[in-house]
Amino acid sequence: MSPEQMENAPAIRCRSLVKDYGTLRAVDGLDLEVRAGECFGLLGPNGAGKTTTVEILEGLLPATSGQVELLGQTWQTGAARLRQRLGISLQETNLADKLTVEETLRLFRSFYEAGPDIEQLLELVSLTDKRKSWYVKLSGGQKQRLAVACALAGDPQIVFMDEPTTGLDPQSRRQLWTLIEMFKSEGRTVLLTTHYMDEAQRLCDRVAIVDKGKVIAQGTPRDLIQSLGGTEVVELTCDSPMDPGPVSSLPGVHAAKANGNNLTLTLEQLHKTLPLLLEQVRQAGRTMTALSTHHATLEDVFVSLTGRHLRD
Amino acid sequence: MPLKRTTERQHPLWQLTLMRFRIFMREPAAVFWTYGFPLALALVLGVAFRNRPPEPVQVAVQQTPEAAEAFIILSNNPSVLVRSLPAREAHEALRDGKVSLVVIPGHPRTYEFDPTRPESRMARALVDDALQRAEGRTDPTPVQNQLMTEPGSRYIDFLIPGILGFNFMSSGLWGVGFVIVEMRVRKLIKRMTATPMARTHFLLSFVLVRGFFLLGELPLLLAFAHWVFAVPIRGSLLLILALSVLGSLMFAGIGLLLGSRAQNTHTVGGLVNAVSLPMLMCSGVFFSAARFPELVQPIIRALPLTALIESVRLVMLDGAGPLAVLRQICIMVLWGVVSFLIALRIFRWQ
Repeated sequence: MSPEQMENAPAIRCRSLVKDYGTLRAVDGLDLEVRAGECFGLLGPNGAGKTTTVEILEGLLPATSGQVELLGQTWQTGAARLRQRLGISLQETNLADKLTVEETLRLFRSFYEAGPDIEQLLELVSLTDKRKSWYVKLSGGQKQRLAVACALAGDPQIVFMDEPTTGLDPQSRRQLWTLIEMFKSEGRTVLLTTHYMDEAQRLCDRVAIVDKGKVIAQGTPRDLIQSLGGTEVVELTCDSPMDPGPVSSLPGVHAAKANGNNLTLTLEQLHKTLPLLLEQVRQAGRTMTALSTHHATLEDVFVSLTGRHLRD
Repeated sequence: MPLKRTTERQHPLWQLTLMRFRIFMREPAAVFWTYGFPLALALVLGVAFRNRPPEPVQVAVQQTPEAAEAFIILSNNPSVLVRSLPAREAHEALRDGKVSLVVIPGHPRTYEFDPTRPESRMARALVDDALQRAEGRTDPTPVQNQLMTEPGSRYIDFLIPGILGFNFMSSGLWGVGFVIVEMRVRKLIKRMTATPMARTHFLLSFVLVRGFFLLGELPLLLAFAHWVFAVPIRGSLLLILALSVLGSLMFAGIGLLLGSRAQNTHTVGGLVNAVSLPMLMCSGVFFSAARFPELVQPIIRALPLTALIESVRLVMLDGAGPLAVLRQICIMVLWGVVSFLIALRIFRWQ
């Protein structure tokens, strides 16, 4: 395959990917296609098979069956070339405790034929001041930024980031987001897994929602949210269960779902529909105990597809 | 700001070795066990088993009318510590082991002792000789003694090569096997295999850094043994160095093998103990391996630690040349190469 063909091939493609652990099927016929230069998000609850999928794509785990191609190459034939062109940040990266930031970067840089020098990497992840600090002395956010810098040590075409912001404070999360936005602007392909909806909505050009080892929805965050029909979500709780039937026929309501005493509606224009809804509740002789509204998110997409919350 | 690419980099094997070196030097406990402990062990055992002048034998002279003469003769003999006791007390002192022999003067003179106690038999011979000579016996053949207490044949001389071998074994097995499993548990190995790092470089770095540390361990222990205990080095220093390097690399290879599959540090700790404790007992660290029955000798001689200690001992104490330790060299090469190759094949990278 010529270099041009490699550039034009999809960055990542997998077909009918399956991974079994004994009798447990962690990945169940998963298909993905990530275009060169896009930031793609794998979204799903813990245990959905995101990390397993990513580690198969990264060539760290063998698949039970299915095909994987990165930059037009397979792991069977192109492993050495692929390793030079991928940057990987694992779900939990523990680097050596008693190596300094600079020593760690120099080590990782030595594995790649070409890449940025140490000064650039330090500056990129704002760790120039910490270059002489041991890894064990860094904060959670600093450790994660060092992990990202290690992933960039080979100036990769594809960057894999598995849950890069899990467990970080809000400021550190925003710092990482800025970094990821920067790789995108440089034309790198980014594959991100997360169970934070705001993260996916902000960073990803496209997302695939994964549940039980399968992709259950795929598209831009906007399209997925619009597929709900409404852009506003109303959740109300009454003192006793309410029939969703009459409520769903109110003007502007796209869907209504009851779950015990809770009722969830997606609708178009909150200011027009809400007064009518409250009137319905009053006529049905119920008393409201809670009411909340928000703009629809990917979380609502997940709930409408599976009936469960992402972080259950 | 797009990144500027450069192809300038340091050699990965150098960087990996440097990493191992730095991590080790920043772990004070590891440094102590590698450098301080063998010295402390040599010092303690060397002092405990240092050569002392022979202790005088303890003898009782039973109080009889003729006792005075025998008592005076024995009192003047530096090899005998004598006391004068009434019959009953003398007998009890012998029974309790406070004295090795009771002399009952008279004609004939009687020696009371327990023939199963070596020190009693020695006291019997010593005392009889002293008394007979004082009473006028002459020896038909003149004799002279040549005492062997010069450096090279003492316990400490025997011990130093043992400690050297023991130290290379523990540093190799723990410093490689245990550390690898620790890295695996922390998923650091997985992170590194996600880069283009060559796997042989990773494994070789452990072996190389062991060889490097040896250059500190060996001179330290040899210099200590030489200056503190005047342990002689009769053979070639270069050959001792070569044997030590070989032994260290061999144990690094075995450590690699022990750490190649284990998924937690308890497992590898058990494995290292299971391998090193029998060798600590059988391979002649503290006492000669030749004391074990003839039947098991072929097995004991084929053990990695036996080969290392035997060869270093031969060179250090007997001044043996390379050909005299060829068998041991072959054994060590075999253990090292086979372990490394198996480790490379079965290593668990994830």
